[in-house]
Amino acid sequence: MSARPRNDHHCAAGSRRHVTSLLLIATALVGLAASAVGALVTQRLRIQLVSVLTIAACSGGLAVAIEVLRSGRSVVVHTHLLLPLVGFSLDLDRFGALFVAVSAGVAICAMVFRLGYHGHGLSSRTASCVLPLFVTTLLLVPAASSVTTFLFLWELMAIASLLLVLADHRHRSEVAVAAVWYAVMTQAGAAALLVGLVLLSTHAGSQSFSAIADHSAHLPAWVRSTVFVLAVIGFGSKAGMVPLHVWLPRAHPEAPGPVSALMSAAMVNLGVYGIVRLGDGLLGGGPTWWWLMVMALGALSALYGSLHSATSTDLKRLLAYSTTDNVGLMLLGVGASGLFASTGHPALALAALAAALLHMVFHAVFKGSLFLSAGSLQQATGIRDLDRLGGLLGRMPVTGTLFMVGALTIAALPPLCGFVSEWLLLQAMLHGLPSLDPSLAIALPLGVGVLALTGGLTALTFVKAVGIGLLGRARSEPVALAGEVPRSMWIGAGIPAALCLVFGVAPLLVIPAVVEAARTVTASRLPNPFVGGWQVGLSGIHGVLAPGLLAAALTVAVTLVAGIRRALQRSALRSTEAWGCGRELQTARMEYTATSFGEPLSRVFEDVLSPSHDLDISHVAESRYYVEAATFHTSLEDAFERHGFRPAAAALAWWGGLARRVPNGSVHRYLAFGLIALVVVLVVLG
Amino acid sequence: MTAQWPAVSVVAISLLQVMTVALGGPLLVGLMRKVRCRLEGRVGPPIHQPLLDLRKLARRERTRPDQAGWVFSAAPVVLVATTLVVAVTAPLLATDPAFANSTDLFAVVYLLLVGSVAIALAALDTGTSFGGMGASRAMTIGALSEPALLVALLALSVPAHSSNVPIIIARSLAHPAWLATPQRLLALVAFLIVIVAESGRLPVDNPSTHLELTMIHEAMVLEYAGADLALVKLGEGMRLAVLLGLFADLFIPWGIATAPGAGHLALGLVATGAKVAVLGAALAAFEVSVAKLRLFRVPELVAGAFVLAVLAVISALVVA
Amino acid sequence: MYLSTMRLSTLIRRWRTHPTDIPLAGTASPAVGEAARRNRGSLQLRHVDAGSCNGCELEIASIFSPVFDAERFGIRLEASPRHVDGLLVTGPVTRNMADPLRKTLDAVPRPRVVVAVGDCARNCGVFAGAYGVEGSVADVVPVDVEISGCPPDPATIITALRGLAGT
Repeated sequence: MSARPRNDHHCAAGSRRHVTSLLLIATALVGLAASAVGALVTQRLRIQLVSVLTIAACSGGLAVAIEVLRSGRSVVVHTHLLLPLVGFSLDLDRFGALFVAVSAGVAICAMVFRLGYHGHGLSSRTASCVLPLFVTTLLLVPAASSVTTFLFLWELMAIASLLLVLADHRHRSEVAVAAVWYAVMTQAGAAALLVGLVLLSTHAGSQSFSAIADHSAHLPAWVRSTVFVLAVIGFGSKAGMVPLHVWLPRAHPEAPGPVSALMSAAMVNLGVYGIVRLGDGLLGGGPTWWWLMVMALGALSALYGSLHSATSTDLKRLLAYSTTDNVGLMLLGVGASGLFASTGHPALALAALAAALLHMVFHAVFKGSLFLSAGSLQQATGIRDLDRLGGLLGRMPVTGTLFMVGALTIAALPPLCGFVSEWLLLQAMLHGLPSLDPSLAIALPLGVGVLALTGGLTALTFVKAVGIGLLGRARSEPVALAGEVPRSMWIGAGIPAALCLVFGVAPLLVIPAVVEAARTVTASRLPNPFVGGWQVGLSGIHGVLAPGLLAAALTVAVTLVAGIRRALQRSALRSTEAWGCGRELQTARMEYTATSFGEPLSRVFEDVLSPSHDLDISHVAESRYYVEAATFHTSLEDAFERHGFRPAAAALAWWGGLARRVPNGSVHRYLAFGLIALVVVLVVLG
Repeated sequence: MTAQWPAVSVVAISLLQVMTVALGGPLLVGLMRKVRCRLEGRVGPPIHQPLLDLRKLARRERTRPDQAGWVFSAAPVVLVATTLVVAVTAPLLATDPAFANSTDLFAVVYLLLVGSVAIALAALDTGTSFGGMGASRAMTIGALSEPALLVALLALSVPAHSSNVPIIIARSLAHPAWLATPQRLLALVAFLIVIVAESGRLPVDNPSTHLELTMIHEAMVLEYAGADLALVKLGEGMRLAVLLGLFADLFIPWGIATAPGAGHLALGLVATGAKVAVLGAALAAFEVSVAKLRLFRVPELVAGAFVLAVLAVISALVVA
Repeated sequence: MYLSTMRLSTLIRRWRTHPTDIPLAGTASPAVGEAARRNRGSLQLRHVDAGSCNGCELEIASIFSPVFDAERFGIRLEASPRHVDGLLVTGPVTRNMADPLRKTLDAVPRPRVVVAVGDCARNCGVFAGAYGVEGSVADVVPVDVEISGCPPDPATIITALRGLAGT
């Protein structure tokens, strides 16, 4: 195994680099060791040991990533020990390091959280072995620097995550169904990637990323376009991009809490990573239509995801759809960036890409806190259905507050970090507007419209999630009896929740790193497109955002108003029964549910969502004027699943059934097949 | 933004704006009620009636439903506080209040959204069916009107090359011809519809309804009493004043103080006050003459505003 | 547009108003005086129909008409008991409405006033002794102001309410 600096100019930097390379290797080895420990150690020690080792590996990864982001010197590791013939090569540059840092951060929180999380089959031997492996691949995929290494790690990540989704399959049958969907979508995506990358490397004559990047400009246009389209399909399926998102709303709810957090806050990012790495990095940008396609898919994902999350009643399904929504926003930014680059606005391209990456980082932060605290809620109540939750903020004040912080952040409310990244995305698109290029003139206003519409829908979604899930009255027995979860789960979900506020007040902690990452992947030498200091904005544009000032102003205003209210108060706050028009009993059954909350919206967007209602009324035997029982069932299926994938799967099954008639077990028939095949071959060759 | 304004005047402007909005909001509500009453053939309460109501409410007992938690108590404070922050930073009387550099149109929209979200959450926290119903309806309408507002603002930002409000106003004053361009007029209509929807006026919502089932905004605040209710009412009035003030400044900017000095500021105060009063009176006259829309017709209205706003952006690009 | 020229002229004609003069109340009870000092020109009430024949409702509706226009004295009816200073109760209290009436009063922030409007609310009127009647309003909740009449005429109601509003 060799860890060699690529071009060491002076000794100090060289030795430092050596250390980071070794640290990266150590990270991978500790991760693998954690995996081995998970497989070998008895159940009592397993959880703690595996978590501690994985956290150690992630800390190493985080340290390497931060060092790379800080210094800009990439870390190169090459070994022939692992993959025979081609070798295993890693090269972590700033762009990859950003993703490693995000994955490592999410994984640390998830593993701390995991210490208190039980159930869901996550403590089994297989799951304990696979979880560290999954985390390790998350850390290594952005460092892969050759086609084989990348595909190997990518596939390992897919299989590991699949096994984790399956963790609880013994207890719930839905898990297996979800896992089949996930397996099919992720393998189909991997197949598209395999074809695309092999095509690319054969035409470029090398499988190393740097060589491909050097040659890609000379490749024929059809190869470049085919590779890009295949990559969008392959990476898009991993990112949960519509229409390849169907696995996401199935797998996330069934996966254990920390695993959903890892998948949603870290793994889907790698889909975006792949599209940017390939489109901007390896292929060095492309024609306008590539990016219009990415923008269109991003806009579709954002709208479709936000609409479905606004009408979902399953808490984790809601979060899964909101991941699709946010991936859509990232792709919107990535697409806008490519569009700017291809129409000759490199500065704006850099700004849009950096804004998209910033949204990626912040999405990991708030989605991490949301999925982890949702996991706590689920552990405490055993319920994911919002219609049966409620009143949890009083019963689980810490977890409830953490979830609420995440929810307010994702709704892009100032002074939390979601607002900053959405604002920058808006600004980046806005300032491309006075352009004469027709593709920009059409795509950008629509992009801003989509951003605005998803913003409104997300606010509605998370008012629903918090208001129905955490506030009001408890709607079921287990919820009424729920109590707080172990402290490690507070810490795990609390770190990202705290970061929501910290990054919201001081986004400059992240922005330089994000800009450097964007510059690295686009090989741009342009200056930082953002205004520095405590203010955020695009340089060259008058008008900035001062998030710290905003937060301070809000704090002062809230203190002032609350103080005035307190000063005016003459008597103590009286707690009374809620006003119910003088009715006898106010029960939780009279509360609005998540279904009823989302009903107006699903009516407004009936054409898109096509909800199905089923009302069944049975009458008493004596008279049909008296109702004995009425059951109402309403469901909202995914349109792409119902009209696209299910018919496709049915057609495949039909085709498979046809084919099965051919081999009926008769030896004579097989001999005849052989003869026919031989004759055909001879005829063709002759 | 040509000359540097002295720090003292900047602070003075912001303080004046806060006081104007805090007093002017309730007075605007009173004025609109007065106009309505007169058009209905009634004398109506005095214009300062909302202030009398607030004075009384501030000292009354506060109550809280037994199921509700801190969210319920915090929401009115958040509603007023966010509107106050907007009142400090938005150029309502002069083009350069404190932090004018960071007065972004989108930031204003999202700050106001914080208040709406807080009230909707508080409504759900009461655990009543009315609260849930109001929150659901308000958020549905908000989810559709917010994009219309953002896109309408975008149409204003395009010619100014900035979404910073003082810049837009300064550049509009420098190029009065902009104000008659098609994109301005389209954006104006979209903005007006959004103001009506966001502030819960007819034909979207009836602020003086007594029937719970037809309520949107009122249904959310049914549980508030005393100082909390006073804050909610104050917040509503301030929001309406801020929205109309912004509307006045963006579409009819003349009169706003563009240079420091007490004279300019007094002129700005009078001009903005007059513009907002006229707009409020016109809105009230419009309210008298329309019926409330059915709830499921409201999205059509708001979607219409969205389409107008998109048209505004597209025509802005054609002109640019 | 909704606002046609014809409607505009109607609206302008209506601008001239002709409200009836309402006499001020003579002597006030201590409870009324206290309420007036508290309210100082702003009075909101929640109306509770405890079992009325709807005669009083008609009169209450007409106090907000252009002719009597109680709103000019700062008097309004509100939907939520949380938003009000007291209750405006009409009719004898029926058995089914006794508890809702108590609950409504409990929902009103303190201090609060109860106004019994009409003879039925004061002493059950013609419904006295009926099987479904629990009693007068004062039998169920403490009453501060009574307005007599079957039904009381709007000017009388407004006079009593002006006393409470302090206008």
